[in-house]
Amino acid sequence: MFRLPREDFRPTADWTALRERAGLLRRLRLFFDQRGFLEVETPLLSADTVVDRHLDPFSIEVPTPGGTRTYWLQTSPELAMKRLLAGGAEAIYQVTRAFRQEELGPLHNPEFTLVEWYRAGDDMAAGMAFLDQLCQAMLGRGAAERLSYRGAFERYAGLDPLTAPLEALHSAARRTSAPPASFRPDDRDLWLDWILTEQVQPHLGRTRPAILYDYPASQAALARVRDESPPVAERFELFVEGIELANGYHELLDPELLRRRNAANNAARAADGKHPLPADSRLLDAMESGLPQTTGVALGFDRLVMLRTGAERIDQVVAFPFDRA
Amino acid sequence: MAGYNTSDFRKGIKVEMDGDPYLMIECNFVKPGKGQALYKCRFRHLIRNTVIDRTFKSGDSLEAADVHEIQAQYLYRQGDMFVFMDNESYEQYELGLDQVDEAWKYLKESMVCSMLLYNNNPIGVTPPNHVVLRVEYCEPAVRGNTATNVTKPAKMETGAEIIVPNFVETGEMIRIDTRTGEYIERVKE
Repeated sequence: MFRLPREDFRPTADWTALRERAGLLRRLRLFFDQRGFLEVETPLLSADTVVDRHLDPFSIEVPTPGGTRTYWLQTSPELAMKRLLAGGAEAIYQVTRAFRQEELGPLHNPEFTLVEWYRAGDDMAAGMAFLDQLCQAMLGRGAAERLSYRGAFERYAGLDPLTAPLEALHSAARRTSAPPASFRPDDRDLWLDWILTEQVQPHLGRTRPAILYDYPASQAALARVRDESPPVAERFELFVEGIELANGYHELLDPELLRRRNAANNAARAADGKHPLPADSRLLDAMESGLPQTTGVALGFDRLVMLRTGAERIDQVVAFPFDRA
Repeated sequence: MAGYNTSDFRKGIKVEMDGDPYLMIECNFVKPGKGQALYKCRFRHLIRNTVIDRTFKSGDSLEAADVHEIQAQYLYRQGDMFVFMDNESYEQYELGLDQVDEAWKYLKESMVCSMLLYNNNPIGVTPPNHVVLRVEYCEPAVRGNTATNVTKPAKMETGAEIIVPNFVETGEMIRIDTRTGEYIERVKE
């Protein structure tokens, strides 16, 4: 039967972007190789997954004798790479695909490319310095400005994010555009995220890249919390042109704390009407056996290509985005 | 009433908010690093045409607006009221000039238009993309001027004024694109 070819068989990225992508990948590998990092590969499909309130992995039911078992497409290679560190790795990186449900927009594709690396012995300062070097080598936009989360909020939103009462967050949040009506008034992190994305982030990385560090302890994810008053998470993010490009942690090493955070994340997921994610994982066993001090960073490779090529949408740098996959 | 979850959000869905019908004209997904997924949406009011922005978080939902389209035949005009008939149910609808808007320029008896109903009340009408109208009056063509880009205004049988090429004469039929209001070609009867 004759059928007109569908136009959407074509790639959405042009050849300039795809060549830039390939070139950047080569330079990235060279950058890591020259600094003694070993390229590794870990499973995309795993029985373990990161337990995060706002990350939804795709699941696959794998037939087993006597039933099925749920496997997850990785949302990042974090768990497996830390298991490699516990197994003796010193400096490792990988370029891999990660998958996140529902994330589809100008800066998001549900399947995307992550560059992730770990170096044993690095604290947060060393981790930020390495990320800064990599950013300079790949984008050539100069050394990154360092800004604490607290300092950035004080500068751009006029409030202290760690100590401001909820009411102050509410009124600051409404200063620009209206937040969703469904934000729970006492859900502090939702309001902080709103102010960050609406009022702070647009200023970040405009004249040169910016690294934001020392996040609120409630947003530690897998970072360790530094015991200060108030405590802060040793987590950092890189922004270029207002785009969030990389996220790093001075990694949490204590398995007991991770168990507690997993339980808290699952409780928050339940309150959001989401299914729980498996709280147990081989990462916990790796942590029990001993994980070296390390800093780990994940960088969105597609966004790096976007910044190199001046693309405004991720589908300009991906041959076949989700709706053509 | 059916609804839309954030995962169903896309350009073109018609929703009801605060008791009013809106068309979603933009929907952008944003997500701060480890934070809540948000949908920044822009809506056009289906009756007043005003534009508003609203942001939703993943898991929110919107009610679908009871908006549907019918094929309706234009019957006649009575003062500022335009009378149409649903081609299937034969029900008649009266629309004011503000609801008919620019479409009045192209309405000819028995023309079939698509009509938008909200809770079964008409809120707008769209004529076919191309219509053929008779030129009621225009200045005679200037002889000797063969340049093709010379134009002039012409009054149509509906009362509308359309810009036509110099060679068009009173009494001729012309095809018009109703989306742009532009002359396309002469039509032989």
